Amino acid sequence: MSAIEISKIVIGILILIGALLSVVSSIGLIRLPDLYNRTHAATKSATLGILAILLGAFLFFWIVDGYISARLLLGIAFVFVTAPVGGHLIGRAAYNTKVPLWEKSVQDDLKNKQKQRVEG
Amino acid sequence: MPFQIIINLVIAFIWMFLKNDWTSVTFVLGYLLGLVLLFILRRFLPGRFYLWSILAIVRLFLIFMRELVLSNVQVIKQIISPRLDIQPGIFAYPTELKSDWEITTLACLITLTPGTLVVDISDDNKVLYVHAMDLENSKEVIKQIQDTFEKAIMEVTR
Repeated sequence: MSAIEISKIVIGILILIGALLSVVSSIGLIRLPDLYNRTHAATKSATLGILAILLGAFLFFWIVDGYISARLLLGIAFVFVTAPVGGHLIGRAAYNTKVPLWEKSVQDDLKNKQKQRVEG
Repeated sequence: MPFQIIINLVIAFIWMFLKNDWTSVTFVLGYLLGLVLLFILRRFLPGRFYLWSILAIVRLFLIFMRELVLSNVQVIKQIISPRLDIQPGIFAYPTELKSDWEITTLACLITLTPGTLVVDISDDNKVLYVHAMDLENSKEVIKQIQDTFEKAIMEVTR
């Protein structure tokens, strides 16, 4: 088997993993009980899924066509920087507008902080 | 660190001028030469030798990639398992990091690691409020991981 054949298999596996991760994260969006847990699924699995798909596309154009696309690498970097910030902001906005936690939640340390702010 | 990098670039350009040869090979050669010079003269320069900082950044990046993959495995396990057996909650995590830049990095890293999501940061930048997907069986592990993160970030900015 030539090098190109082997790398094609690796690329295929990468893109399949990315697609599977995206599917799992959408299943997580449906299954998980409250907003905060859904944000977990949305930020983590989707980020790694997009990373794998973009990396697969980058390697494909590089190895098969001999074309290095720096934009795909930049896209990976930008998704990585922005996805956690987006998740954080959604969670924070939800908490500040008093979206309730799941009833089976164990602990809520943030409540004390909100109380102090109201009293002080 | 930026000061040392600028000095190194200047040395590389001086090397190109001395050789009167304007190719990238000469530039790389001059840069390596400057690196050696800076290493010899490291006592007279502010801060520590900058290559160590860059190595620390690379290490932080590798830790980050490993944690990202591990966190995905954990989240997928919980999503796919037939019975939803999680105990979510928000816990306070006191941090020792000072500057805004360090805290931003730590928050991004925590958000992308196993089952944790930063929900809020206290007004005095001393406590991070972290939402954990499965509080009971991962609290120790989370503490441990975040200690390694904090150490790695401190290595960069020390």
